[in-house]
Amino acid sequence: MNTDHHVILRVIAKMLIPVITMFAFYVQFHGDFGPGGGFQAGVIIAVAVILYALVFGVPAAMRAVPPVFTRSLAAVGVMIYAGVGFWAMLQGGHYLEYQALFHEPPGEHHGQHIGILGIELGVLCGVSGAMLTIFYAFAGRVAEIRDEDW
Amino acid sequence: MIDAILNAAPAWALSHAAPLLVMVPLFLAPLLALVPTGRIAWLISIAATGISFLFALILLGLVQTSPIGVVSYEVGRWPVPLGIELRVDALNAMILLIVTTIGLLASVFSWPTVVAEIPKRKRALFYSAFLVCFAGLNGVAITGDAFNLFVFLEISSISTYVLVALGSGRDRRALPAAFNYLIMGTLGASFYIIGIGFLYAATGTLNMYQISTLLPELAGHRSVQAGFAFILVGLGLKAAMWPLHQWLPNAYSYSPTFVTMFLSATATKVALYALIRFLFTVFRPDYGFEISAFSAILMPLGIAAMVVCSFQAVFQTDVRRILAYSSVAQVGYMILGVSIGTTAGLSAGLFHLVNHAMMKGALFMAVAGVVLTYQGTTIRDFAGLGRSAPWTMTAFAIAALSLIGVPLTAGFQSKLQLGFALFDQGLWWAVGLVVFSSFLAVIYMGRVLEAVFFQPPVNPRKTRKEAPVLLLVPLWILALANLYFGIAADFPLGLARDAAAAAFGVEAFR
Repeated sequence: MNTDHHVILRVIAKMLIPVITMFAFYVQFHGDFGPGGGFQAGVIIAVAVILYALVFGVPAAMRAVPPVFTRSLAAVGVMIYAGVGFWAMLQGGHYLEYQALFHEPPGEHHGQHIGILGIELGVLCGVSGAMLTIFYAFAGRVAEIRDEDW
Repeated sequence: MIDAILNAAPAWALSHAAPLLVMVPLFLAPLLALVPTGRIAWLISIAATGISFLFALILLGLVQTSPIGVVSYEVGRWPVPLGIELRVDALNAMILLIVTTIGLLASVFSWPTVVAEIPKRKRALFYSAFLVCFAGLNGVAITGDAFNLFVFLEISSISTYVLVALGSGRDRRALPAAFNYLIMGTLGASFYIIGIGFLYAATGTLNMYQISTLLPELAGHRSVQAGFAFILVGLGLKAAMWPLHQWLPNAYSYSPTFVTMFLSATATKVALYALIRFLFTVFRPDYGFEISAFSAILMPLGIAAMVVCSFQAVFQTDVRRILAYSSVAQVGYMILGVSIGTTAGLSAGLFHLVNHAMMKGALFMAVAGVVLTYQGTTIRDFAGLGRSAPWTMTAFAIAALSLIGVPLTAGFQSKLQLGFALFDQGLWWAVGLVVFSSFLAVIYMGRVLEAVFFQPPVNPRKTRKEAPVLLLVPLWILALANLYFGIAADFPLGLARDAAAAAFGVEAFR
């Protein structure tokens, strides 16, 4: 095993990946009352997987987080976002009207809170899914014409 | 018919028609990315476009029965300067009706061509991209917020690049075409957003109606004029205004045939709508810089488009490229109508926009049928098809005559209106050029029709082989619409007149 000269890199990356993921969730749940939110958190989660792919190889990353999953995640994210809008509409409000989610009188903010959390969750799924799909599309690309064939 | 739909529609559909029109396809699009097979995706896309079509009819009815002629919807019930407003008047209602009608017909006919051209595992995703594009185009047409318009423009454009690139299964040149389109489209969108930035700096609001009320006192402001210039160039690029049309012929020739048909009838139309919205509603045609832009930029460019691109079309050998260059020429007619700057001119331009969607939709649909059965798009491949595929080719011929502007077709009616509008302003030389360009259309469409009906087939073994029924039905709906509206033009002409009046502002509305 002496040939593995990336051992420090691997160990540090293994340590960092859970921290990065946790930081992503901190940014996510901080987003409704401070800087941060779904987009940034989604990018950070994607970064955790991309770091894994850089250090351990794209095939290993694709086994851990398959491309089908990332693609579906992006689609589900959009549907969560749009779904919150439809939910407000079903409750009799306008599209994306958080106040209508629980039929609250003005001054109560439960619906506002839940509504923005749902939206941020949708953005988190959408952005991390899209980022990883783009990364896989570029990193997993095999040249269609081999170099010798030119 | 619209009254019946208004009466039958439940109350929630009436009050939420505007957001549902966009959000139903936008919600179903990611769902299509999850469904396993292309056939289910196809059925869902028909359902989504059909629902949008119904909502477009409802919106048209609401606008026509509304006392002020405007349907306004505050997303999230945020009041207007803060939130996004969906604002539908007669102008957008018309555009929405065109986009949803074409979207519905396109998705009905798409299945045979998608099976032939798109690899199996990509079919569901292909429909997903189509629905995103459809929702984006509707969003551009429906929104009353300048920045929201940019977002929807990018939603529709990015999915369009994907759709064009998927033509690479049939022809590898689709990839550079899509990349070229991506660069040009992104440039156009950036110019547009820079222009919006200037307007926002000057007025402090992004709502188009609010900008329009604040602009009269700022019209001499340099940043307003710079914003106008950027928006004109940006949306001109998206609408394929000559000479910014270089992306269009390749994108239309190499994309999947279904995509060509859908885009030719909707994408440039929606960009042109956005341009008209800015020229007439946000800015007013009586501002000094806009008058000079009309006479010094739009009119010469419109005329150049219809003459130069008609000439280019004459020398093409591929039918899809002929039609693509002809599309740029037809955009020239619309720009010419817009650049007159009068209600009559604008309504003629909009009327031609409706008719062009019908005739180009029918022409590209017929070409899709030929590609499906004979795998060729050069004029030589079309030789003798009048005998082997009479139904497809008769519809093609009707739409071609309409494109030329033969009396009793829709194309004649709109060129007539354009001629009237030009005569009103004493621009007889422009009328002459319209007629000249129509003669060029006789030549370039005549070459195809001559091959179709009077030349022997290249390969005599090509026996009678018609396009599938699924393709013939929407094709004939469009072809008969060309004939019907060529004889009884009241409905589209009324839509275009109302739309032009609405574009000039609420006070001019009927």
